[in-house]
Amino acid sequence: MRLEPIANPSALRTLAPPALAISATVIVASLLAMAAGANPFAVLGEILKGAAGSQFALLETLNRATPLIFTGLAVAVAFRAKLWNIGAEAQLYAGALVTVVLGTGALGWPSAALIPTLIIASLLAGALLLLVPALLKVRLGVDEVVTTLLLNFIFLLFVSMLLEGPLKDPMGMGWPKSPRLIEEARLPRIIEGLRLHWGFGIALIAAVLVWVIQARTTLGYEMRAVGLSRDAARFAGIPVGLVLIKTALLSGGLAALAGFSEVAGLKGALTLDLSPGFGYTGIIVAMLALLNPLGVIAAALFVAGIFVGADSMSRALDVPTYLADIMLAKALLLMVLAILLTRFRVVRE
Amino acid sequence: MDIIDILLSASFWTAAIRIASPLIFAVLGELICERAGVLNLGIEGIMVAGAFAGWMAVYSGTDLWTGVAVAFAVGMLFGLVHSTLTVPFGLSQHVVGLGVTLLATSLTYFAYRLFLPEVTSPPKIEAFQPFEIPLLSDIPIIGPALFNQTPLTYLAFISVGVVAYILYRTPLGLALRAAGENPAAVAAQGLSVTAIRMGAVIAGSGLMAVGGAFLTMSAFDSFFFEMVNGRGWICIALVVFGAWRPGKALLGAILFAAFDALQIRVQQTPMGADIPYQIFLMMPYILSILALIVMSRRAEVPAALMVPFNKGER
Repeated sequence: MRLEPIANPSALRTLAPPALAISATVIVASLLAMAAGANPFAVLGEILKGAAGSQFALLETLNRATPLIFTGLAVAVAFRAKLWNIGAEAQLYAGALVTVVLGTGALGWPSAALIPTLIIASLLAGALLLLVPALLKVRLGVDEVVTTLLLNFIFLLFVSMLLEGPLKDPMGMGWPKSPRLIEEARLPRIIEGLRLHWGFGIALIAAVLVWVIQARTTLGYEMRAVGLSRDAARFAGIPVGLVLIKTALLSGGLAALAGFSEVAGLKGALTLDLSPGFGYTGIIVAMLALLNPLGVIAAALFVAGIFVGADSMSRALDVPTYLADIMLAKALLLMVLAILLTRFRVVRE
Repeated sequence: MDIIDILLSASFWTAAIRIASPLIFAVLGELICERAGVLNLGIEGIMVAGAFAGWMAVYSGTDLWTGVAVAFAVGMLFGLVHSTLTVPFGLSQHVVGLGVTLLATSLTYFAYRLFLPEVTSPPKIEAFQPFEIPLLSDIPIIGPALFNQTPLTYLAFISVGVVAYILYRTPLGLALRAAGENPAAVAAQGLSVTAIRMGAVIAGSGLMAVGGAFLTMSAFDSFFFEMVNGRGWICIALVVFGAWRPGKALLGAILFAAFDALQIRVQQTPMGADIPYQIFLMMPYILSILALIVMSRRAEVPAALMVPFNKGER
């Protein structure tokens, strides 16, 4: 078989493959639900109900989507330039770490000064953490996939070390947990009385800013050019190495904001289970969004909905919550295939 | 000096070879994929799936070797998924690989919860036991290290020889290497690049899964979440370190494992007790990154690694 580009894909050609991908994902999930002895319609119904069936559920989904928007943006920005940043998990913890280092009393400033400082410090921490693999890539040709992946393990151990050492909360009854942030460092709620913090608002702003950078600035143009073809970009006089470094700084910074927002908006302290893999899930979010920054918002809401819904489905029906992870991994694989099939036709030889 | 004593003890090298064994299988698997031109980032998840599948088979009543075969088959299945998407469809090997890792890991955890809903600590199986090879195991230090291991470790070493033989001494190996260097030339010979690459990924993924199964069936005797713990990613670094050659990759795996065994022992010395244990746990990952940096300058990357081949294109 061979792939042939389609010049003018029809509406059916554009819509059918993604629709089939989603149906296939739902069918697989239903089969697995049946294997677990549950009625698939009940499972899907409970997931929907748990994700969006009440005000509480909806707010929970928005809260869960917040870190995913940041990590999704981080991945989307990097992948667009074909910089394979798989280290969003570590960068997230870098942001969380500086947030607790500076926000637990080291800086006794009012909110108006402290929160912007924490945001900038988080951005810097994440950017620096990705700068190392990016420099190794640009200067020495060291593959960034492996270095960013391995840095996830190294950084998590580093955080664990700090939480059992200098950052350990003396009032924490022996748990590896940081002290709580001071009140001035906490992100306020968007609407008083509703359990949704400003991290979500910042995430939306970040998505719009990233979209502006990508669609309206020279840097955005250069990033896309580097992603399409490094050789062609170099030939056109674009400083490829420098663009990759800038991309890395932006990507690392965005991922770190996820850590800042989780600590300052939701948890109030740093523990080792701050992120249940938000960094890795960011890859799914970014791919489902076709690397479009505004699409990341929608994809993050969808992914967060599946997770939140699956949690409550699991409690109600006793089907393992890992069903959500399977659905998303399946959706990721089928979606990249579906997108290809909207643009190419398979020709039999 | 403490460290010299450690390095001269037979138990140290026995541990090093034991730690190296799962890495040897998985490194070989990744090496086969990459030699054919396909980066397989599914490795981490495939190891998890293999670890669970082999152990679960034995727990359900099959014998140990059937368990190894089950793990191999499960690995091949994920290899089929990976290669179908990356080879004929030419999709991003990064994205598909990570997708396969996520899929394999989550399917495994789902299956674990499904089969063992109530357990708090996972049940144990009768794992492979060390098998002493007469005479050879009496050689000081290396005797017990190399010749008093479980049969799976022997299989790992045999696999290195078999893979090296196939790669360098058979037409199949030549075709496989050519698919990773110059696929157009392979197609010009009338061979199918698609078939060769898919076959390589499927077989390689099977080996990765056996590497995972070593953990649950030989190194330990039960399955834990997170038990693979980045070993797959380390193997990707080891392939680079081994310059895509089975022999060098074997040495790399043993060197790495020796270092890992050393850090475990230094941790237990009075000097090591003062250092936070996380520093020791970081060492394997840091070492992998350093190895990558050192080797990157003279890396002989297969020329068509990560380059999809579409026959229609010229």
